[in-house]
Amino acid sequence: MSASPLFEVRDLRVAFGRNGTYAEAVRGISLHVDPGEVLGIVGESGSGKSVGMLAALGLQPEGARVTGSVRFDGRELVGLPRRELRKLRGSRIAMIFQDPLSSLNPVMTVGEQIIEAVRLHNPDMSRHAAADRARDLLALVAIPQPDRRLAQYPHEFSGGMRQRVMIAMAVANDPDLLIADEPTTALDVTVQAQIMEVLAELQARLKLGLILITHDLGVLAGHADRVAVVYAGQVVEQAGVDDLFARPGHPYTRGLIASIPDMTVQNDRLFSIDGTPPALGQLPAGCAFHPRCIAAGEICRREAPSMREEGGHAAACHFAFAPSETIA
Amino acid sequence: MSVLFLSRSARPRWLTPPLIVGAVLILFWLVATVAAPWMSAHAPLDMVGRRLQPPSWDHLLGTDALGRDVLSRTLHGARHSIPIAVTVVAFAVAIGASLGAVAGFVGGFVDTVIMRMVDVTLSFPPMLLAMAVAASLGPGLENAAIAMVIVWWPVYARLMRAQVLEVREREHVEAAIASGATQGRVLGKHVLPLCWTPVLISATMDLGQVILLAASLSFIGLGATPPTPEWGSMISDGASQFYSWWVALGPGLAILTIVLGFNFIGDGLHDYFDPRSR
Repeated sequence: MSASPLFEVRDLRVAFGRNGTYAEAVRGISLHVDPGEVLGIVGESGSGKSVGMLAALGLQPEGARVTGSVRFDGRELVGLPRRELRKLRGSRIAMIFQDPLSSLNPVMTVGEQIIEAVRLHNPDMSRHAAADRARDLLALVAIPQPDRRLAQYPHEFSGGMRQRVMIAMAVANDPDLLIADEPTTALDVTVQAQIMEVLAELQARLKLGLILITHDLGVLAGHADRVAVVYAGQVVEQAGVDDLFARPGHPYTRGLIASIPDMTVQNDRLFSIDGTPPALGQLPAGCAFHPRCIAAGEICRREAPSMREEGGHAAACHFAFAPSETIA
Repeated sequence: MSVLFLSRSARPRWLTPPLIVGAVLILFWLVATVAAPWMSAHAPLDMVGRRLQPPSWDHLLGTDALGRDVLSRTLHGARHSIPIAVTVVAFAVAIGASLGAVAGFVGGFVDTVIMRMVDVTLSFPPMLLAMAVAASLGPGLENAAIAMVIVWWPVYARLMRAQVLEVREREHVEAAIASGATQGRVLGKHVLPLCWTPVLISATMDLGQVILLAASLSFIGLGATPPTPEWGSMISDGASQFYSWWVALGPGLAILTIVLGFNFIGDGLHDYFDPRSR
């Protein structure tokens, strides 16, 4: 870990309340991103990975309670006034969402939307200059014929092209941190690879800190520096990407890795982890993963494991890094 | 009119016969609004013949109890009804849609206050409320118009609020917030432009309904004052001349065709904007 991370989340908790009782969707996530680093966050739907990152930027749903600490460039974001947060969003911290069609305004041309994104944070820039910038941005994400494309509406773009537009808008103001929430989930497999390539290239070129939220470990293998695995609102394992694949410390991570289809092996069935993630507010006692864990012992039912660290590799499992590892 | 008989494939699917009929009817009355003095043979207030003449070549729709030409008066009636309907709907949309948009977008206490005002207003039968307001303001078309705006704005407030509530949950709105857009900008550029369609459709249909309500108020003496050639008060005259059926026929047909026309156009707009029917 370097001296001052670009973005640091400590014990972030997000709770949704009804009639005075709160259920925590995010139960104390801690992670950090260094400048120019790519952090992958992987987890199942509903594990709290998106909600947590949105809440870190003050984008939690109405009525949600957010506690903990989120520091960006040395500044605390939790409790920051809305005006201040707004100035950061889109300028120094940008976001890309899952579905590029519904993330674009259907009644504005793509050009207008990019120009808006540019001018929101550069109010003094002329429309003309912003239009030039928009053209450059489209070229940056490899969209051919930018002049013609700028005058078109989102429905005239294909899924992959739309996501390129979203990426162009996100990097419009040279952010330091980009949070990509499942950027390829809504796309065709062939297009997914292209979009990841565009993202990776921009990340390297602009020295972006990038948080890549996904449920697909395979996507992270080639693109992330470090990976945080989230289960039931908590980080259960954090490690460098190679280390994680080579030596997964948490049985959940082992399950995820085993679930990646392997084309070199003739298999009739794909591996899957039995059971379903716990519902909000209905956590099992002890380790949240124990009902689905093939290696669960007596202690797992009683006691929630704390993070164990070994050489920059951390896992929240009672049996992590034990000599007799069970292979999933 | 030949478009009416084109085969289905020769015209766009949204261009339905009712829409064409409606457009023709409304076009006729719009022309009458502008050109009534040149379209009619007589001035609306001149007593040009014997009283209560049945329709004839001289007076196509007969004459009324004061010997005025009913057709000329009917055509001139458009000059009162249509501007009033447009003004009333414009004000009702302006007030109702902006309050509804604010209520839906801001939510919370503001929403509660605005929507309770809406509920209270809508809990009265519209005719009764309009009568009460018009009666307390005194007769006259301007006062009737004010009364109708008071009756009508809550309809648009509800409609707009429902739209805003739906649109503001869409992902592009969240994306706009995530890119640092201000509240006002999000509402103005990313929410409202997607909310207008139902308001536009409803406003078109309501033009006819407002004309009907204005005529009703005039019919009971709370709208136009004699001798204004207003359709409601003309029908009222006709009602007291029961055996001279033609006195009420002109204005009656006028109201019928104009309400029908606006409804057809509203329906047509609905089909045009509804992706499922295109």
